[in-house]
Amino acid sequence: MAAEAIAVRGLRKEYETSRGPVLALDRIDFTVGEGEFVAIVGPSGCGKSTLLKMLAGLLPPSRGDIELRSVPITGPRRDIGVVFQSPVLFPWRTVLDNVLLPVDVQHLGREDGRARALDLLALVGLRGFEHRYPWELSGGMQQRVAITRGLIHNPAMLLMDEPFGALDAMTREGLNLELQRIWLERRKTVVFITHSIAEAVFLADRVLIMTARPGHIAEEVRVPIARPRSLDLMAAPDFAGLVGRIRAHFHAKGGLDA
Amino acid sequence: MSGLRDATLRVLLLVVSLAGWEALVRALHVPAFILPPPSQVGAALYRGAVSGIYLQHLWITLAETLLGFVAGSVVAFVVGTALAASRRTEYFLYPYIVMFQSMPKVALAPLVVVWFGLGLTSKVVSAALIAFFPLLVNTVVGLRSADEDRIDLMRSLAASDMQIFRMLRLPTALPFIMAGLEVAMVFSLVGAIVAEFVGAEAGLGMLIQSRNFSMDVAGEFAVLFILAGMGLLLNAALVTVRRRVLFWDPSQKAASNGSALKGGL
Repeated sequence: MAAEAIAVRGLRKEYETSRGPVLALDRIDFTVGEGEFVAIVGPSGCGKSTLLKMLAGLLPPSRGDIELRSVPITGPRRDIGVVFQSPVLFPWRTVLDNVLLPVDVQHLGREDGRARALDLLALVGLRGFEHRYPWELSGGMQQRVAITRGLIHNPAMLLMDEPFGALDAMTREGLNLELQRIWLERRKTVVFITHSIAEAVFLADRVLIMTARPGHIAEEVRVPIARPRSLDLMAAPDFAGLVGRIRAHFHAKGGLDA
Repeated sequence: MSGLRDATLRVLLLVVSLAGWEALVRALHVPAFILPPPSQVGAALYRGAVSGIYLQHLWITLAETLLGFVAGSVVAFVVGTALAASRRTEYFLYPYIVMFQSMPKVALAPLVVVWFGLGLTSKVVSAALIAFFPLLVNTVVGLRSADEDRIDLMRSLAASDMQIFRMLRLPTALPFIMAGLEVAMVFSLVGAIVAEFVGAEAGLGMLIQSRNFSMDVAGEFAVLFILAGMGLLLNAALVTVRRRVLFWDPSQKAASNGSALKGGL
């Protein structure tokens, strides 16, 4: 494997509440290789989103540190792309202008950005939609715009926080295939958070299993299945075996969805 | 449902109401200084239009209203932005704002005329004072209404506070600001007229007052119709601007139906 892109060491997060401190995450240690696709799977409320916010530099850790390409993450950075659960598009911007938001914020040059945006939009199958407005698109298309926006400034890593969680099952499977294709083409370092075990196994090189109270990484499962993976694969015994092994964690502790 | 038939019915309803008004006033022998028939109002409108007296006063009231609207709106936007940006500013200014807001601003008109004289300035100040609050409140609420996820997105891109304001908060606040401006426009006309009532040398409000003294009620009605028409045109202008600026806002279709009814005062 290539060099480490992300290194998380001894990460801990406590929240102050009116009833005293609450421990959200504790003893989180993991690394992600350059160009690796890592999924973090866990039940609702296990602190996945807190972890992602810390990776994005939006939330300071209580203890421990995170490094991206050997530089500590101490706040928001220009080399991180984030895709949220909802598309978070600005309705007053066209599809193209939404994709160019990071270019505008970071003054990266609109001319270059425009050419890259059109390339990426073609890659996600949205050629011809660049002058439409978000509200003219379906939920799946909006999320593809959000992915394009996450990639436009060529970030060192792409963080995805349950990006397909709000979509219907059919659209979701389509987008999983789509994301695999994009990843195979661009080989970005991806941290993908989900509560769907099947989605995690389908997409990732490695699945980190997170358990709740406090959020903690219980186990790492490597997915040694060659790409491109097809949807039929989900019925194959090795795929089902991995899914079963991950699911066992949550059954033992209670609390599982999908 | 044909649009043409509905339009015809609409005009017909107007004609029938005017005819009914005329007939009732004549049949019941209502004196013209209580309620003049529409024919007399029409005659008064025509006389004034020919002599140019309406136009002369209309320009003055229009200028007072628009200047007051602009002044009140600019100050409201600036103060609203300062309040939305800093909780500290809000903490210190809030008591005064609440006190000032709960006071009926038209009650200030006599004082404003004493301070600023019988000319244009006192009318502009009065209009601005009344126009100020609807926009202030809407600006604060609008600037604070940006979605948490959108703010996180901007922050994750390492956007500055100024960029978040310009690219996210301000556009998010625009529907609120436009709604505030529409109310402010109606209110500034109220402010201008009230100040003219208190003391003025010209303007449509002054004209109403002087015709009232001379019991020219038909002439008074004529001015009222002109004021109504002026209010309608000012509102229509803002609605046109809003439709262009807020083409992306899904709530616009619902809002445009109710906007004529939210005048108040």
